[in-house]
Amino acid sequence: MEQKTKLHEKLVLLLVMLFFYLPIIYVVIFSFNSSKSLSSFTGFSLQWYEKMFANRTIMESIWYTVSCAVIATVVSTIVGTVTAIGLSKSNKALREAINQVNNLPMLNPDIVTAIGFMLFFTSLRIKTGFTTMVLAHIAFCIPYVILSVMPKLRTLDPNLAEAALDLGCTPLQALVKVIIPQIMPGIISGALIAFSMSFDDFVISLFTTGPGVNNISIYVYANVKRVNPTINALSAIIVYVITIVLILVNVVPLIRERKMKKNEN
Amino acid sequence: MKSFSKMVYPYVVWAAVMIVVPMLMLVLYAFTVKGNSVLTFQFTFDNFIRFFSDPVFPGVLWRSLKLAVITTLICIAVGYPTAYAMAKLKPNSQAVAVLLITLPMWINMLVRTYAWRGILSFGSFSGEFKVYVGMVYNFLPFMILQIYTSLSKIDPSLITAAHDLGADNTQTFRRVILPLSLPGVVSGITLVFLPAVSSFFIPKLLGGGQYVLIGNLIEDYFISTGDWNFGSAISLIMAVIILISMYVTRRLDRYTAQEDE
Repeated sequence: MEQKTKLHEKLVLLLVMLFFYLPIIYVVIFSFNSSKSLSSFTGFSLQWYEKMFANRTIMESIWYTVSCAVIATVVSTIVGTVTAIGLSKSNKALREAINQVNNLPMLNPDIVTAIGFMLFFTSLRIKTGFTTMVLAHIAFCIPYVILSVMPKLRTLDPNLAEAALDLGCTPLQALVKVIIPQIMPGIISGALIAFSMSFDDFVISLFTTGPGVNNISIYVYANVKRVNPTINALSAIIVYVITIVLILVNVVPLIRERKMKKNEN
Repeated sequence: MKSFSKMVYPYVVWAAVMIVVPMLMLVLYAFTVKGNSVLTFQFTFDNFIRFFSDPVFPGVLWRSLKLAVITTLICIAVGYPTAYAMAKLKPNSQAVAVLLITLPMWINMLVRTYAWRGILSFGSFSGEFKVYVGMVYNFLPFMILQIYTSLSKIDPSLITAAHDLGADNTQTFRRVILPLSLPGVVSGITLVFLPAVSSFFIPKLLGGGQYVLIGNLIEDYFISTGDWNFGSAISLIMAVIILISMYVTRRLDRYTAQEDE
């Protein structure tokens, strides 16, 4: 579908990009504002960063967000991968049933899933807090991991595992040495999806957490009533971290490729 | 090899407890009376009758649906030309454009929406306008990427063939490019409309508390009022509406797919 790009089309692209990046530019600029104003830049200062690092609630919310995302990613990746491998060998009826059940949290609006968890935990008299939040995150991440591992298993040659078993591997060895390495790309992309879903989650966390346990999203939501530029500093730091990570992810392979080429020459 | 199938069992138990049971509880709450103990269920349709007999609640539902429909239409109107322009770039620039669009999506939705509060405080905009800006901002990337994917799959020789057969640019667009890109538009609609109906933090962050949507109602009944039975009933009504719209879009998708053949 390649054709020559016209001028007005370039303009459309430019305007849309501007629309996407405007809030990000705004947050970074106003995180250095010397006054509390959200609409006029009065001078450069680092006070909001200082206030942010001194604010225990914000620091805790960052800690809760990161640790919840790490635990949810590790557990859901392991459980999701194991389940997907099992599903690839089980009968069609069970596979269909699990798919349908997994569709529930993926297709339902977040708020419906969240309320289900909340009713479930409180009816069992489980005190809501960090543990319930992590459990809910694991529950909504596993279906995505299964979804991303399954296609890799479908293209896997079943004879390979059989061959490993014939050559004297135990089933566990066949799993770890033959199957897992071949489906690794699926496992990694599943883990990435799980991490970003958990890290960004707001709705499910809001309904499954308890008093005193906030993640970044809940902190922002709870503090929007007042004018609070420390949120700009917090947002700006998220922008810096994500930009650095994405640059590393996209640039490092390029540099490595160049080096490899140089070595070949 | 068959022994591997046993690896599913732990998850079967987990999914039954953590996915099926919570959903059943939601339904149970929606059909029972407030303050009911687990041992003595009292089934009732009162929660649903209450929702539809009070003019306020259907009004909120209508407003949420209207907001979601208009958001989706704006996303198509802006997203299509953007995706079209992207698909015409050189392959390397296309990759850069996709990266530039996905990059902001990595930053927390609430944080990005919060930033709009500051930007929109420069002028005097109505709460409704701010909510629309927030909605379009959050959902537009999904629409662009879906349409772009289906446009970039179009074989360039089809366009050349259309030109060779005497079609001008407008005709080529209407009869070749547009029909082939419709599946992307349809999946874009699912990705924008469904989350837009249930969204509740965008109106809360940008609407200044005046703009109540169905998601805000549910949140209020669970967190402030504590009437979980009525809240569950509202959630169930919303889930059913979303299921119906999903079914309709899927039919639409099949319909456009058939037209392709």
